[in-house]
Amino acid sequence: MKRFWSFLFFLVPVGGVATFVAAPYLRLWLPVDVSEHGRTIDDLFMFILALTGVVFVVTEGALFYFSWKYDANSNNAPVKYSHGSHALELVWTILPAVTLLFIAVFQMEAWARAKMKPPDIAPLVEVTGRQFNWDFRYPGPDNKLYTIDDIVRTDGRLYLPVNEDVLLKITSADVLHSFFLPNLRLKQDVIPGMDQSMWFKAKAVGGFDIVCAELCGWGHYKMKGRVYFLPRSKYEEKLEEMRQEQNTMRVGVPEDDDE
Amino acid sequence: MSTATADTHADAHAHTGHAGGFLSTYVFSLDHKIIGLQFLFSSLIWFLIGGLLALGIRWQLAYPWRPMPILGDLLAGAEGGQIAPEVYTMLVTMHATVMIFFVIIPVLTGAFGNFLIPLMIGADDMAVPTLNMLSYWFMWPAFVCMGGSFFVEGGASQGGWTAYPPFALTQGTGQFLWLTGLTLVGISSMMGSVNYMTTIIQMRAPGMTMFRLPMTIWAMFITAILQAFALPVLTAASFMQITDLKLGTGFFIPEGWSTNNRPMASGGGQPLLWQHLFWFYSHPAVYIMILPAMGMVSDIISCFARKPLFGYKPMVYSISGIAGLGFIVWGHHMFVSGMNPMLGMTFMVSTMLIALPSAIKTFNWLGTMWGGKIQFTTPMLFAVSFVSMFIIGGLSGIFMAATPIDIFIHDTYFIVAHFHYVLFSGTAMAVFGAIYYWFPKMFGRMMNDSWGKVHFAVTFALLNCVFYPMHILGMQGFPRRLADPYHYETFRNALPMNQFISYCAFAMVGMQVIFVINFLGSIFFGPRAGRNPWHSNGLEWQAPSPPGHGNFDFQPIIHRGPYEYGAPEVEDDYYPQTMPPPAVDKTK
Repeated sequence: MKRFWSFLFFLVPVGGVATFVAAPYLRLWLPVDVSEHGRTIDDLFMFILALTGVVFVVTEGALFYFSWKYDANSNNAPVKYSHGSHALELVWTILPAVTLLFIAVFQMEAWARAKMKPPDIAPLVEVTGRQFNWDFRYPGPDNKLYTIDDIVRTDGRLYLPVNEDVLLKITSADVLHSFFLPNLRLKQDVIPGMDQSMWFKAKAVGGFDIVCAELCGWGHYKMKGRVYFLPRSKYEEKLEEMRQEQNTMRVGVPEDDDE
Repeated sequence: MSTATADTHADAHAHTGHAGGFLSTYVFSLDHKIIGLQFLFSSLIWFLIGGLLALGIRWQLAYPWRPMPILGDLLAGAEGGQIAPEVYTMLVTMHATVMIFFVIIPVLTGAFGNFLIPLMIGADDMAVPTLNMLSYWFMWPAFVCMGGSFFVEGGASQGGWTAYPPFALTQGTGQFLWLTGLTLVGISSMMGSVNYMTTIIQMRAPGMTMFRLPMTIWAMFITAILQAFALPVLTAASFMQITDLKLGTGFFIPEGWSTNNRPMASGGGQPLLWQHLFWFYSHPAVYIMILPAMGMVSDIISCFARKPLFGYKPMVYSISGIAGLGFIVWGHHMFVSGMNPMLGMTFMVSTMLIALPSAIKTFNWLGTMWGGKIQFTTPMLFAVSFVSMFIIGGLSGIFMAATPIDIFIHDTYFIVAHFHYVLFSGTAMAVFGAIYYWFPKMFGRMMNDSWGKVHFAVTFALLNCVFYPMHILGMQGFPRRLADPYHYETFRNALPMNQFISYCAFAMVGMQVIFVINFLGSIFFGPRAGRNPWHSNGLEWQAPSPPGHGNFDFQPIIHRGPYEYGAPEVEDDYYPQTMPPPAVDKTK
C-alpha cells in the first residue's frame, strides 16, 4: 500500500491511452467519412490527438513520477528549496507558444476551404430548418431556385448527386438549428433571416444521417433527416419523380422504403 | 512558532463592539466568515440539486423513455416518471444553470473568496461588510426565481443555459424567471467583486505587499476584475432579452419572424447579437470558474509538498494573462454559429494563445512537486488530482480551438467531456480539496482524513469513468442535448457506453454521502484543530480556529511571502509569514 496514491495517478495516463486504443473496438470512433474534404479534418484531428497524447503521457508521467519519488513516507532527501527557474520558465513558455501558434496557422487553410471559399456554382438545394423538420427546395426544370416550378419536399430526405461539387443554401424558418452531417464532417448553425452556404463533394453513394445539433425545442432530438447521394443519372430520375409527385397532388401516407 | 489553541471566543469577541442576537450573528451577519459559510452551505445544497438533475439526464441516456425510479416522480410525476422530451430539455438547461450560477461561482468567490480574503491578507473584515451581506442575500431572490420556476406553468426554462434567442423567446414564465434570476445573481456577484477588489487593494496588513499575497488571493483578485468588467454586459443582455420576451422589443428577433405558437413579432434584430453579448461575459466566466480553484490548489500543493511554490511570479503573470486574453476569445463558442468565418480565424489564434498560461501553470505545479516531501493528505490528493485532471481538460481544449475540427465536434459530447473535465474534475475536485483543507479554520475541527481519502479515491475513479469515455462518444459525433439520439443510425451503437457512463454517474453521486456525513459529522464531533494543523505558512493559519469576529487576536505584520517551506534560515520546515526573521549578528 506504500505509494498507493502515486499508482492511482499512474492509472490516469494508462487508462487514458487505453481508452483511445480500445475505442475503435467498441465501434466508437470518427464515423465513416464520405466527403472529399473530411480527410483533412480527420487528419488534423489525428495530428492533434497524437500531439496532445504525447504531452498528456509526458506530463501525467511526470506527475506520477514526482508523487512516487517524493512521497514523504519514502523520501529521506531534504526538500529542494527552490523558488523556480527562469530558464525553465522560458523553455516552457516559448515551446508551447510556438507549438500552439503553429497549430493555429496550420489549420487556417482547412478552415478557409470549409467556410470561406465557396465553389463558383449555383446553389443546388435550399435547406430550411424548422421545428422539427428539415425541408428541402429543389429547382424545377428551369434549374433556378425560387421560381414557380420549385419542388418543395418536407419528408426529411435530401437527394444529391455524388462526385460533384454541391452548394447548398441553408437557412431557418423559426429558431436556431444546426445542420450537422457527421459523415461529411460538416456543421453549420442556421439562423432565421440569414442565408448561408454549405459546400462539399461526396465520394460515396448511400444514405447518411442529418442531425440537428443546436437546441431548438422539445422535438430537437427527433429533428432527423437523411441525405442520399446518387449517381447523376439516378439523381435526375429522382428529381423527375419528385416533380411528378408534386404535380399529381397525391394525398396519402408515403410508404417507408428508406431509399 | 507556537500553534497553541488559544481560540477562545470570549477573546475574539472582546473587540467586536456589536455582539448581537442569533439573527444578526448567523443570518443577517456582516462577518465575512459567516457570509462565506452561508455561501458554502447554500452552494453545497444546490450542488446536490444540480447533481440530481444530472442523474435525470443520465437516466434518459441510458434507458430512453423508461420511467425513472424514485427521482422520476419528482422530476416528471405527471408522466409517471417517464422523462418527456421537454422535461429532458429542462433538465439539461437547469443542470447547467444551477451548477454554474448557484454552485461553482458562488462556492469559489462567495464561499472561499469571502472566507479567505480578509484572513489571508490580514484584515479584520471586508472593506464594505454591508455590501458583502447584501451580495449573499441577493442570491435568495435568485434561488426563489430559479427554484420556483420548476413549479410554474410550463416548468423551468428549456432554452438551454445559453438561452439562445429566438428559441429562448418562445419560452414562457420559466424563461422570464430564469432571466430574472440570472440578473439577480449578476447583482450579487457585482457587489461581491467590487468588495473583493477594494479589500485586496486597501486592507492588506503591514508588510503584505502585492507580491507576498498567496495565489488564492491573486486569483480572487483577478477573478473579481473579470467579474466587474464582464458582468455588466450579461446583465444588460438579459435585460434586453427580458424586454424582447415581455415588452415586444426586437433586439434578438430577425425581421418577419414567427413561430408556431407566436404571431409575427417586431423584428429588425439579430439572434447572433445575443450570442456575442452572452459569450462576452460567459467566456470570462469560464475563468471565473477556474482561476480561484487554481489559486487554492497552488496553496495546497505548496503546503503539502513542503516546498516553495515553483515560479510564483510566472504564476501571477499567467493568471493575469488569462484574464487579459479571456476577453478576446469569446468567439470560439461561435465558430459554427454563422459568425463571419474570418473572425473565426482571429479567435482561433487568441484561443490557442490562452492555452499557454494554463500550460505554464501546470508545469509550475509539477515543478512544485519536484524535489518536495509530499504528504498525501486528503486536501493534497484532491489538489494533485486537480492538476492531473486539468491536464486532460486543457489538452482537449486544443481540439475545439482548432476551427476545422470544431466544425465536427462542436455541440457533441467531446465538448461535454472537455468542460466537465475542467469544471467537475477540475474545479469541483479543487473545491473538495479546499473544504478539507480550510475546514479546521472554518469550524475549528478536523475532518476525518481516512474517510476523506476513501471519498477521494472513489470520486476520482468514478469521475474518470463518467467523463473520459465522453471524449470517444464525441469523436463519434454524439450530439449534446438530444433526449434520444439512438434513432440515428450513426449513434445507435453508443448506447452501451452511455449505460456504463450512467452507472458510474449514479455510483459517483451516491458515494458523495461519504462526504456529506464526514462534513456534517465533523462540524460537531471532529477532533479540535489547533490554529495551524497543517503547519502551513499562510497568514490565515495564525488566527484562532475558528477566528472570532475581527479575525486576529494580534496585529499581523508580514515579513515574507506565503511559500517559505523548507527555508534554510529556520529549524522547522515552515516559516510563517508573521514570524520575525532571526536577528542578524552584525558583529560577525
